[in-house]
Amino acid sequence: MKKVFCLLLTLCMVLALAACGGDTAPADSGSSAPADSGSDAQQPAETGGELITVGVINNDPNESGYRTANDAAMRATFTEENGYKATFYNNNDAAQQIATAQQMIQDEVDFLLLSPASTTGWDTVLQDAQAAGTQIILFDRMLEADESMYVAAVVSDMPAEGQTAVDWLAAQGLDEYNIIHIQGHMGSDAQLGRTGALDEKVAAEGNWNYVTQQTADWDEATARTITQSVIDSGKPFNVIYAENNGMARGAVAALDAAGITHGKDGDVIVMGFDSDKWAFEAVLEGSWNYMGLCNPLQAETVDSIIKNLMAGQAPAQKITYTPEQGFDCDTLTQADVDTYGT
Amino acid sequence: MTTPVKNPEPKVKQPGESLFKRLVRQQLFIPFAALALLVIFNLVADPSFFAVSIKENSLGNPVLSGNIISVLDNASELVILAIGMTLVTASSGGQDISVGAAMAIAGSVILRLVCGGQVTADTMQMNLILAVLIGMVVSALFGAFNGTLVAYFKIQPMVATLILYTAGRSIAAWINNNQLPIINDLSFKYAGTFLPGIPVPTPIFITALVIAVFWLVLKFTTLGLYTQSVGINPSSSRLNGINPQMVKLLTYVILGVCVAVAGFIRVSRSGSINYSRIAENIEMDAILAVALGGNALSGGKFNIYGSILGAYVIQFLTTTLYKYEVPSTALPAYKAVVVILLVVLSAPVVRSKMANLRFQAKADKIAKEAK
Repeated sequence: MKKVFCLLLTLCMVLALAACGGDTAPADSGSSAPADSGSDAQQPAETGGELITVGVINNDPNESGYRTANDAAMRATFTEENGYKATFYNNNDAAQQIATAQQMIQDEVDFLLLSPASTTGWDTVLQDAQAAGTQIILFDRMLEADESMYVAAVVSDMPAEGQTAVDWLAAQGLDEYNIIHIQGHMGSDAQLGRTGALDEKVAAEGNWNYVTQQTADWDEATARTITQSVIDSGKPFNVIYAENNGMARGAVAALDAAGITHGKDGDVIVMGFDSDKWAFEAVLEGSWNYMGLCNPLQAETVDSIIKNLMAGQAPAQKITYTPEQGFDCDTLTQADVDTYGT
Repeated sequence: MTTPVKNPEPKVKQPGESLFKRLVRQQLFIPFAALALLVIFNLVADPSFFAVSIKENSLGNPVLSGNIISVLDNASELVILAIGMTLVTASSGGQDISVGAAMAIAGSVILRLVCGGQVTADTMQMNLILAVLIGMVVSALFGAFNGTLVAYFKIQPMVATLILYTAGRSIAAWINNNQLPIINDLSFKYAGTFLPGIPVPTPIFITALVIAVFWLVLKFTTLGLYTQSVGINPSSSRLNGINPQMVKLLTYVILGVCVAVAGFIRVSRSGSINYSRIAENIEMDAILAVALGGNALSGGKFNIYGSILGAYVIQFLTTTLYKYEVPSTALPAYKAVVVILLVVLSAPVVRSKMANLRFQAKADKIAKEAK
């Protein structure tokens, strides 16, 4: 009986371990020697005639709804039917990303699509890529390097997103703005851009005040706690500026629990960012006031850049910004929700 | 089977010992002192911290609101985890660092079941109680996985649970095909928010129920006694007819069930999940709660009420810091200060110094009486 039980548990363990082995691409870092210079000549043979080989390095799709949509779009675009032979790798750790990038360059991919987890540390990868004739296209996030090191970048304009949101808020014409500002992960592109515009406005205007300015690290539960503690302290506030939809949702949960009205005709203006469908619906219902769209669908733009490059056409500009706009509860339509919601 | 478990530390009342000294000796002294400090600080700084008012929530139900309610409400997950963590610590002399990741798994399983595999569901596709029970079974299996590594393969608990700590969130995402499911059914959120017509947050009731269950189990079964004896000396417990491996495994399975309850409360608060963020770093708070409760992290004797109190102290500290607008990124630093104090206070060197002081004081007294 005991032995059977032991066996069962061992089996369960092995199965669980097997399940963990899932979707990690080879992350072997034994890539000290850059690919030899003859690789350019071999490339057409390697690609098997028609298919363009691409290596896609992205962040963890579970990080947020934004990232899930971003990753899904990349996977849906770079398929064999579309003329690509793609390898995908997801990790939030820049060191792992760099190791995989070097591996991909050694494997002589034609294009390396990169959403770097950190902005620095990529110099060797960029040089190796140049030596091997691999073209680098950045998507979603930038890295610190000379523009000549990559052929194109398709990114979101975070400061513009913040500015659009702040301009919209200013247009609401409140007598006084008492803002609960819930920030994202400190130092990230999105946090810096979305905080920047608001910080400037609060510093410039006398009737704009922060009730609190805290980071919730993109976490819904932390955002709820922060909002709850402001409610418990009894300080008056009329704006919630959350730097992504998840955190706005957490804040709204705290408002609901305290019976504070929000959204259209409510006491508190709720603002969120990104592109989640459920958040669009919340704005459409009038439960939220504003959502700044951060378009996660860069795959198509990247796709057309690659196709143009293959046809010998360089992209018109180095950096392409994805079209962003803000939606509020008065102007949002169901058509917008269907077009932009992810 | 019904041997009543005696209080592990019978109160030795020695004549001639001052009240203060007897207090200091109590295991619960540290968490009570910490709590008292926080209460006094808040009373002095701003007594309105303790104000509780009745408000009407957006559904028109009267609900209690205030910092104290927030503390009791938000500490729920931590309290439940701390109970399980205390048993694991006592039996195996190590801690399970995978509880946060395991909460993501349990929450993911429950959400997948109630959403019926859809990304957004407006009504529950499965009986909630059944879904939670299945979540508990899955979570208990993962607990058994950890427990097997620790008990039968004799791997250090921290290393054994590192596996699930690393892989757990990916498993949670895989369960839901990397989607972020959302359930809009209001009744799903009852467990994480309020039951209609009841002004007290439901997590407080769930926590009280879990505490009551453990009180009964420890009072009427030999679980506590066995756990303790295995933790103190596995060989001699085996000679006394206890199977140490089985007891260790059992404590990990119990922790697994606790994790499922905590995970359920957490996803029930919002009706959604974010795999890489949900309950991040909660394992550290759970371990801290066990330590704060005066339990030895090396196993053996334990007091779950100490850990429960420890968990509330941690939440009290967090809420206080939020009230005074300490940046949330700085919270871990404040917790670190508490850990350092605890570790220093419980270090053998300091302990023996304190014992010497006590001995010295007694000797002085005897000398005085002799005069």
